[in-house]
Amino acid sequence: MKTSESDNKQYGILAEFRNPKELIDAAKLINEKGFKYFDTFSPFPIHGMDKAMNLAKSKLGWIVAGHGLLGLTGAFSMIYYMMVIDYPLNISGKTLMNFPAWVPIMFELTVLLSAFGAVFGMFYLNGLPKLNHPLFNSENFKKATDDGFFVCIESEDPQYDEEKVHKLLKDAGATNIETIFDE
Amino acid sequence: MSKTYEYVPEPALVKGNHDFKDITAMITDINLRPTPTGWYIAFTVSSLLLMVLLGSIAYLFWQGTGIWGLNSPAGWGWAIVNFVWWVGIGHAGTLISAILFLFRQGWRTAINRFAEAMTIFAVMCAGIFPAIHVGRIWVIYWVFPVPNSMTMWPNFNSPLLWDVFAVSTYLTVSFLFWYVGLVPDLATIRDRIKSKMGKMIYGTFALGWRGSNRHWWNYEKAYMILAGLATPLVLSVHTIVSFDFAVSIIPGWHTTIFPPYFVAGAVFSGFAMVLTLMIICRKIYGLEDIMTDDHIEKMNIIILVTGSMVGFAYAMEFFMAWYSGVEYEKAIFILRATGPYAWAYWIMISCNVLSPQFFWSKKLRRNVAFTFVISIVVNIGMWFERFVIAVTSLSTDFLPSSWGYYSPTFWDVATYIGTFGLFFTFFLLFLRFLPMVAVAELKGVMPQADPHNYNDKGEFVQPVVEIPEPYNKPS
Repeated sequence: MKTSESDNKQYGILAEFRNPKELIDAAKLINEKGFKYFDTFSPFPIHGMDKAMNLAKSKLGWIVAGHGLLGLTGAFSMIYYMMVIDYPLNISGKTLMNFPAWVPIMFELTVLLSAFGAVFGMFYLNGLPKLNHPLFNSENFKKATDDGFFVCIESEDPQYDEEKVHKLLKDAGATNIETIFDE
Repeated sequence: MSKTYEYVPEPALVKGNHDFKDITAMITDINLRPTPTGWYIAFTVSSLLLMVLLGSIAYLFWQGTGIWGLNSPAGWGWAIVNFVWWVGIGHAGTLISAILFLFRQGWRTAINRFAEAMTIFAVMCAGIFPAIHVGRIWVIYWVFPVPNSMTMWPNFNSPLLWDVFAVSTYLTVSFLFWYVGLVPDLATIRDRIKSKMGKMIYGTFALGWRGSNRHWWNYEKAYMILAGLATPLVLSVHTIVSFDFAVSIIPGWHTTIFPPYFVAGAVFSGFAMVLTLMIICRKIYGLEDIMTDDHIEKMNIIILVTGSMVGFAYAMEFFMAWYSGVEYEKAIFILRATGPYAWAYWIMISCNVLSPQFFWSKKLRRNVAFTFVISIVVNIGMWFERFVIAVTSLSTDFLPSSWGYYSPTFWDVATYIGTFGLFFTFFLLFLRFLPMVAVAELKGVMPQADPHNYNDKGEFVQPVVEIPEPYNKPS
């Protein structure tokens, strides 16, 4: 942060913590101070982190419900069109709309589309794939997928002030603090 | 009053004194270090078997299904038996990854990745059989609702079409579930691998995962929803497979017990297959601290339960045949046990019903070598179960004048053995290039992952379980 990277925009300040408890405490503190643009990083999801970071309920359920409904109605309309409208086959005078026999495929297509909704919806909400990210500039950040626990306060936050954030993280017990640049 | 009970603590999921770094290293180093010679040998053997499969299929396409032992009256033989067998094996993977997840069984994390991979490859092997069974492979697209030159659509009233949708949905959803679980672990390898090429490949498939808790939040939700979707899906798949038989009017097939009975059998054989593979792999890769004897014991209990359910279903079939009062139904069950295929029937009974009963003994449940033998015996038994169902009912049905004895040909056997080549080729590639244990999930169930297990100084303290005092009646 002392170097002459004046034309290089800061992305934020990354701080490392020793374990899940310290990370969750830090997240609570940062949230209480009123920061909005921050994130925590851990090799596995930490129980209680949603409350500590004050995360809104995931919208994923609605995406999946929409896809599931589409699968269900889509399957029914497809079978109805094919079996009743487009090519009705009279099989010993049995009813054309043989609904019970359609249930398995309607079920399968509901599940299939819901699963697509769940997976691709999750990646969409997370903004992935995003193969490059300013945080990957930090060599230390590689530990985030191994045994490192990190907090990053982003420069976008209205309260962002390099000195103050630095102090805040240090007081919270961070072991390793570094400034992350966009390039 | 003396104490008449003792507290049995839940065994630790990860044995030994490992921290997060150890776990990462233990599992992903397998992918990072140079390929061992043994792997090349195994890969060569399985590739050769795969060539046997491809050769048999090529000859089948050239010559037609006449090269198999199928003829009137047995129009379904080894191909269908193998199809049901492989699909059934696949079911354990979904059971472990989805159903045990919904039941919050932490021990699943050691084996779920592994079992899910097994599911995908087993379903691939299974899918081959009905596809090549159609005879005219060049019009296989008729099974899908795509417009064709006849302006006809597939028959949605047919269980065989349900099967197409069920198995293809199952393969797709299993793959998605597996991939979602893999993303954080691929990111782990991306951050550890040295080679530039490897970094690029793993990095691409990791999609830029960086362990953000805002991401984990959606991720966990997605994982939960996928588990919730896969649970009814896996039950529906084998239900629909059983409908291929149960919806017909053939004696011995036309029974309502088939769906639950098939699902129980599928889980039974699948767990046996997971055990077979797991016992070999944990030995070779030294993962005994992660896939512990406690895991083996728990899986053996599931084998015991599902094996007994299958045994109950066999008994129930006999009862219903007698109770129905239908002559043909009664005849087929007596013929199964005493007729020309009695040898297959009794192999089935001894492998599926009797062999798992050894697991009532705790000592045998925890005996690795014994478990390994039983796991193979169970899968032999489950193959014979499908053989008994498919073949006996067809070869001795309503009219004795049209009875016949079915035997496989060389090509039936070659195709079946060849599918092992397909399975193990993919499985070996999986072991070599992908983390075989879900690293992130495993860390998540360790006591070190719970923020409550740290004191005010930020040091880890083992959680203490409070043992309740026995209740003494006030005298």
